[in-house]
Amino acid sequence: MGLSYEESKKLVVKGLILLGIITLVEVAIALLGNGHIIEGMIWPKWVMYPLMIGFSLYKAYFIVYEFMHMKYEVKGLAMSVILPTLLLVWAIIAFFHEGNSYKERRELILEKNRKEIGYVAPPEILTKEIQMI
Amino acid sequence: MATDAALHDEDVQSGEAWGGGKEPFKASYGKLMMWYFLVSDAFTFAGFLIAYGSMRFSMPTWPVPDFVFSTAPFGLHGAPLIFVTFMTFVLIISSVTMVRAVQEGHRENKRGVIFWMFLTILGGATFLGSQAWEWTTLIAGEGVSVTQNPFSNHFEEGTYLSGADLKKAGFVEKEIHHEDAHGHGHDAGHGDEAHGDDHTHKANTHYYLEPGAADIPENRFFSKIDHYGKEFAGESFDVETPYLITYHHDHGSYEYGAYKSNVDGQIRKEIQGPKAFGALFFFITGFHGFHVLSGVAFLLIILINVASGLYEKRKNGYEMVEKIGLYWHFVDLVWVFVFLVFYLL
Repeated sequence: MGLSYEESKKLVVKGLILLGIITLVEVAIALLGNGHIIEGMIWPKWVMYPLMIGFSLYKAYFIVYEFMHMKYEVKGLAMSVILPTLLLVWAIIAFFHEGNSYKERRELILEKNRKEIGYVAPPEILTKEIQMI
Repeated sequence: MATDAALHDEDVQSGEAWGGGKEPFKASYGKLMMWYFLVSDAFTFAGFLIAYGSMRFSMPTWPVPDFVFSTAPFGLHGAPLIFVTFMTFVLIISSVTMVRAVQEGHRENKRGVIFWMFLTILGGATFLGSQAWEWTTLIAGEGVSVTQNPFSNHFEEGTYLSGADLKKAGFVEKEIHHEDAHGHGHDAGHGDEAHGDDHTHKANTHYYLEPGAADIPENRFFSKIDHYGKEFAGESFDVETPYLITYHHDHGSYEYGAYKSNVDGQIRKEIQGPKAFGALFFFITGFHGFHVLSGVAFLLIILINVASGLYEKRKNGYEMVEKIGLYWHFVDLVWVFVFLVFYLL
């Protein structure tokens, strides 16, 4: 243990307050940004999403480094756990790109149907998605 | 410890630490393997969450969480995310009590360990109970299941209509031949949504209620309207207009539904949301819930061992409590991302 008993007790209180406040802030962003608190005020997704993701990553960092004591472990142990998870960065990029491509192809087919055989899909399907980042 | 670690790193660099008889990472075998198990588990969860993300990217519409999860116990409605925030706090608090249990373990304080572990178990059980309530509400109340999802997009408030309500509003029951309704297959196997919807937009088509649909009690007609603008919403229509409500009871899917807006009193229709949402939600939160459940079971076993004095005899600072602590924090860590992906984004 790197910290004295008193210090680590303080850290626990700090962690509780920190994680609690960050969670409340995240929920507040979700509710404010979607217009639940102030009627008609809607934040753009490119403001909301990075904020929420950033706060969540900080929470993850705090849990791993303080609560799980990664900060006080040997560097080699920490790296052998953290470096492999970086593979996920590419997984996220690749699979999200692929998913988006599905949607574009589906829209392409609907568009071709409309032009070639006059089939018109219901408006719900043709409407461009605006929810994603 | 910081300087200890630095010195130790030099050992590692020089290669002496790897000669055997030492722990190069200064962690016991059990603790190290717990870490590597957690790495593999993290990849499992990441795979599921990435699947959710790519499905979401592939859909033109996706349910908006603050409308899906807007019910709380004690009759609270229209309280978006409030209940799940409570659940998050329960997990955070149980994580904090777990840290305290580990700290008391390091001091060889048996009573302290028992006290804080007991609180941790209470937290875990509370979380599980909350999740059971949440699932029950979603399945029995909102009609979400692994095969269907009435939530299409961003909704305004409305009241679900029963078949009888629709009949009263002027819907006409009519036999619809399958070939007539699903005659076109030009979407080349793509776009499940397109299939079966073409009939509703052909010129001069009248819209009706399928026969018998109104008599099935569990048959509710869902429809909602977009909150952002009216773009995603189904068209509104006059009460007198006969309208098709496609309903496939045998296939367990509602193609369209109807609801009465609480804002302007109009009846509106909209297509069902992506089915993948329900399946992914129940699978991923279920898998996390299963981790919580097994965590509670292991915590109980270790609590009994602590109480029996087993770890006291080992004189290793209650290492077993530390290991289950790692697992328990990991469950909290996963929830951070489940919370982000399912409820916030």
